[in-house]
Amino acid sequence: MTAPTTHGATTHAGGNEHSHDQDHGHEHAHGHELPFWRKYIFSVDHKMIGLQYGLTALVFLLVGFSLMMLMRWQLAYPGRPLGWVGKLLGENAMPGGVMAPEFYNQLGAMHGTIMVFMGIVPLAVGAFGNYVVPLQIGAPDMAFPRLNMASYWAFLPGGLLMIYSFFMPGGAAQSGWTNYPPLSVLTQVPGQTMWLFAMVLLITSSLLGSINFIVTIVQLRAKGLGFWRLPFFVHAQFVTSFLLLLAFPPLEAAAVLQLMDRLAGTSFFLPTGLVVSGEQLKVAGGGSPLLWQHLFWFLAHPEVYVLILPAMGIVAEVIANNTRKPLWGYRLLVYSVIFLGFMSFVVWAHHMFMTGMGTTMSTFFQTTTMIISIPSVIILTCFLMSLYGGAIRFTTPMLFATAFLPMFAIGGLTGLPLGLTASDIYLHDTFYVIGHFHYVVAPGTIFALFAGIYYWYPKATGKQMDPTLGKIHFWLSFLCMNGIFMPMFFQGMAGLSRRLYDPTIYAHGRAIQSLNVVISWSAWGLFLAQLPFIWNFFSSLARARAVENPWSATTLEWAAPSPPPHGNFPTPPVVYREPYEYSVPGQTSDFHPQFAGEA
Amino acid sequence: MDETKYGFWLPVDVSSHGAQIDNLMAVVHWFMLLLFVGWGIFFVYCLVKFRARPGHVATYNPVKAVFTKYIEAAVVVVEVFLLFGLSTPVWFKYKGRPASEKDAVVVQLVAEQFAWNFHYAGKDGKFGKSSTATMSGDNPLGLDPDDPAGKDDITTVNQFHVPVNKDVIVELSSKDVIHSFNIPVLRVKQDAIPGTRIPVWFHATQPGHFELACAQLCGLGHYRMRADVLIDTPEDYAKWEKENAPTPSEEQPPTAQQPAK
Repeated sequence: MTAPTTHGATTHAGGNEHSHDQDHGHEHAHGHELPFWRKYIFSVDHKMIGLQYGLTALVFLLVGFSLMMLMRWQLAYPGRPLGWVGKLLGENAMPGGVMAPEFYNQLGAMHGTIMVFMGIVPLAVGAFGNYVVPLQIGAPDMAFPRLNMASYWAFLPGGLLMIYSFFMPGGAAQSGWTNYPPLSVLTQVPGQTMWLFAMVLLITSSLLGSINFIVTIVQLRAKGLGFWRLPFFVHAQFVTSFLLLLAFPPLEAAAVLQLMDRLAGTSFFLPTGLVVSGEQLKVAGGGSPLLWQHLFWFLAHPEVYVLILPAMGIVAEVIANNTRKPLWGYRLLVYSVIFLGFMSFVVWAHHMFMTGMGTTMSTFFQTTTMIISIPSVIILTCFLMSLYGGAIRFTTPMLFATAFLPMFAIGGLTGLPLGLTASDIYLHDTFYVIGHFHYVVAPGTIFALFAGIYYWYPKATGKQMDPTLGKIHFWLSFLCMNGIFMPMFFQGMAGLSRRLYDPTIYAHGRAIQSLNVVISWSAWGLFLAQLPFIWNFFSSLARARAVENPWSATTLEWAAPSPPPHGNFPTPPVVYREPYEYSVPGQTSDFHPQFAGEA
Repeated sequence: MDETKYGFWLPVDVSSHGAQIDNLMAVVHWFMLLLFVGWGIFFVYCLVKFRARPGHVATYNPVKAVFTKYIEAAVVVVEVFLLFGLSTPVWFKYKGRPASEKDAVVVQLVAEQFAWNFHYAGKDGKFGKSSTATMSGDNPLGLDPDDPAGKDDITTVNQFHVPVNKDVIVELSSKDVIHSFNIPVLRVKQDAIPGTRIPVWFHATQPGHFELACAQLCGLGHYRMRADVLIDTPEDYAKWEKENAPTPSEEQPPTAQQPAK
């Protein structure tokens, strides 16, 4: 297609020549092809960076998932050799084909770390945030394109170093994804140091991204795009960016302190008088292991909302689009996410009820935890009410977005007995906790991310993904996800602790060992369920071009060509109305885009 | 060990405060189920009733719904009740001191990778001095051999004897990393944190043989850091105390390592 530009150049489909107006002073080469390495590798285009983030994060998600599939073998069949896979992993990890406990602990720690910090956050924020936010606000790019590139190039080495730590002597970090000292400091493997180092890079990447999002959303909105006309996804990313900006620095500082404990002989997290294997430890002492927990959870609880808020944003977009009506309670939703973001900073110590805190502290934190459940209930109610009165199209993205609702409900509700101190005495650190947060993050957030991939794939490629393969992917994933996580609540109620290499050591573990077999087979089934998705993702590139606005959507990203050229919009778009004007009475078509002027 | 006491839901409860926790657990889960089923019915109704089909158009104007406000108000009321009516009372009891503290059996517990070291005061009711500075492979609790109060102390490894129907206070500490003292049947869990000594108490209501599990990842042997919990009748407990009391000639209290009953 061609489009008029201020420079008299023409753009062509898929071309990299930009054509937008130059208010925003970011640099790019004019009127000539960028070299390959500037276009695809060290790109400053938010869309290329978004795709880089997305593809990298999907690969990391698969890696993190593979680690879990290995753990599931040991849990289903403790001590049974694992054939050629065992041989492949070598004698250190799998002596005689049987998993070593150290290796099991490495898999556990790295599964959590990879999924959260290298998979979901980069996919939800780095990929969807980067790709969609500038388009939805009608901006030519992010406010600081070079900062954006720096963010990806801090993320990638961080992720690669994290994976590399498996190949270091002694293997990867093995003290849980929470990396609690003194264990994490006393574990004498270099992989443990590498974990901290890689985390510093990953956190830096998120910080650079967050400041960029805030400035972009505040400064680069199109004409007419007021706060109450922003799509809900942009609101969600805006709050998320503040969470990243405010919560990550404490963990970055804590990671540096722990690096010093490991490398420089300090004792920030080591108390006086440690005796390890009968030997007095020669350290200065005087530190506190709980200091780390506070710093870690001060990040990691807002982090939970960093995972879920963009997911809610995607679900809102897909629901509005596929119910063909405005979101129910749009303003209520916005107020709720802002409140959620604020409250997420004052609930962190509910992860630490068993550390011996006093009753005043614990009463405060269990009360704030109950309070934070209210906006979550409101958000869920708004989404459910949005279905009422719609004309619901069950497209692939809608299937995933619809399933998000009951899955998030289960994840949210099961947080109640964990947030109440008395029931937490029993449930703390059991499989109930694992079931709870996985329902929020796996069939919750990951389903929303899948919805986003199916929904915006036509935007990024100009092609539609195959709907039949999409439906197969959805139904198999839905079944397997529940097969994995539902039994965990029963394991937790039976008292089974998490992070156990061999659960059959305990009588209460033996009583429910059959569930581990169910869970493991569901997990391997979930892997098979992803094959249609992987095939669909790549093979759809060869499909015929889709129409320009295949979902008949109203938001600004559909005003740009697909895929959008460098600079996004041929002419700066103007916004005339609210984001979800579907089925407006008296209109001929059932959608009235934000960017369409009055006829 | 009686394996029939364990299944797919809460195991048997043998503590005085456990019934309140189990009660809270039941109420919370009924509440969750009610909300989920309620939402679920509305959800499925919407998906069927409002599916896209020829001749059906979406309604632009938002439906005026008062009942959502009632549901949210009800959720708030129930949560306040759960919090202050059910959770806090038992939590304050659990975090407080037992009513008959003077008569309570006090046990000092030092966790290490990967064992539980129990230290009982013995007949005189006084603990011998101990310190992390004198801990070694031979003296895991760091006992002072010159302290007369320690002459009759009993120490055990991975064997936790307590009398039934009596308050038991466990003073928890750890010498290396964080461990967590977890006895599911007693509804007790408390982290053992190096550099601190944290008390936790319970009152067992039935004799029996149960398990103590470490609930906080503490290294490669975390999964096998278990101890036998032997809740004895008063007679059995007295007998065990007598059999394991150190003889006067012994310098160090012996370490009882009898096999599980």
